[in-house]
Amino acid sequence: MIPAPFDYHRPSDLKGVLALLQEHGDEARVIAGGHSLIPMMKLRMAEVPHLIDLQSIDSLKGISIAGTKVTIGALVTQHDIIDHPELGRVAPILKETSLQIADPQVRYMGTVGGNVANGDPGNDMPGLMQCLDATIHLIGPNGTREVAARDYYEAAYMTARDDGEVLTAISFDAPAGGYAYEKQKRKIGDYATAAAAVTIQKAGGKVASASIAMTNLSDTPVWSEAAGAALEGTTCDAAAIKAAVAAMLDDIDPTEDNRGPVAFKRHVAGIILTRAITRAWDRA
Amino acid sequence: MSNKMHINLTVNGEAHEFLAEPRELLIYTLRERLNITGPHIGCETSHCGACTVTLNGKSVKACTMFIAQANGADVTTIEGIGSPDNLHVLQKSFREHHGLQCGYCTPGMITRASKLLEENPNPTEEEVRFGMAGNMCRCTGYQNIVKSILAAASEMNAAKEAAE
Repeated sequence: MIPAPFDYHRPSDLKGVLALLQEHGDEARVIAGGHSLIPMMKLRMAEVPHLIDLQSIDSLKGISIAGTKVTIGALVTQHDIIDHPELGRVAPILKETSLQIADPQVRYMGTVGGNVANGDPGNDMPGLMQCLDATIHLIGPNGTREVAARDYYEAAYMTARDDGEVLTAISFDAPAGGYAYEKQKRKIGDYATAAAAVTIQKAGGKVASASIAMTNLSDTPVWSEAAGAALEGTTCDAAAIKAAVAAMLDDIDPTEDNRGPVAFKRHVAGIILTRAITRAWDRA
Repeated sequence: MSNKMHINLTVNGEAHEFLAEPRELLIYTLRERLNITGPHIGCETSHCGACTVTLNGKSVKACTMFIAQANGADVTTIEGIGSPDNLHVLQKSFREHHGLQCGYCTPGMITRASKLLEENPNPTEEEVRFGMAGNMCRCTGYQNIVKSILAAASEMNAAKEAAE
């Protein structure tokens, strides 16, 4: 379990990071918490001749909240999110999701930026960010740009980020109303067999708007516009939830793996989404 | 390529300086370079928690950190938590409540539990189970591990109250 040799860099600002990425191109990768990259390097499935550690880049740390506008720096860990009372009040779905990622030791190290940037379909933050319609902030040699989380994922490990760019933050407008992140996993630390992020706004006893995204049921997270639309205008009764589940099942494309065959995953996805909608509606 | 780096590492209050390849994993630095063999290698794949140490105030798995990342860090291992002559409350509690069978996972368990109780001095049983979820016991002795941690928490709280 010894990775191939590499040169280690720990720049103190983003300019230094971008310069190293320019200089070394494909041979360089940034590392945050490292809990996806280090295992891949140990297995020699990833070879990284130049490892650029972001830990000293202070501008990537910190959570800022202005009203309902939330910005989370790329180096904020899952533990930081769980441990942030104000974020817990403004956007409790972040904490609910973070508590379902991996285990305590991993959550001290695992970052929001890494979870969002990696493009692993098993990661939980991408689906959540699509549910929240979050914006992903990138910086590269040509300056900064923003990409909607719903446009960010192209395929497994393939995202809108260019090789020379670094993800610096995510931001979103925290929704009022009910929320839930529901995840089925075989054991603590496993990726989801199926997971669902749901937010629901209620007005006059009916669903005013709803947003639904699914994790690990395709090679990218799946924001199911049709599933959310199926709830809108209803009282979130059993028939509405059934319609939302049917719409979601049309949008996902799970593959068979050690978590089960396709039929099982679709079955679990339906149950998980039903639970998530029910909990979000109760809280709305 | 792969030049050795100058590393500074404080372990259990003692400063160490040495040259190492950046790819050296912290667990090997501790065990093979510094002969601090309390943290164990169980799975070496970030799953089992036997290698848990406290690094800059966080419980981390020492098998999933390069020494280059840990450069400048302050590390506490089980050796820094208690000694045979002066056992930590958690160590006494594990002995008292049979919180170990083969003992292989115990250093990681106690190191993690010490951080858990620092953050949450009065946990419920459920909070202990959730907070210890990154540590596996392949003897499956979880019942007594949880019991040991809860008993240690009570004892530490009683001692704190008595001191106040």
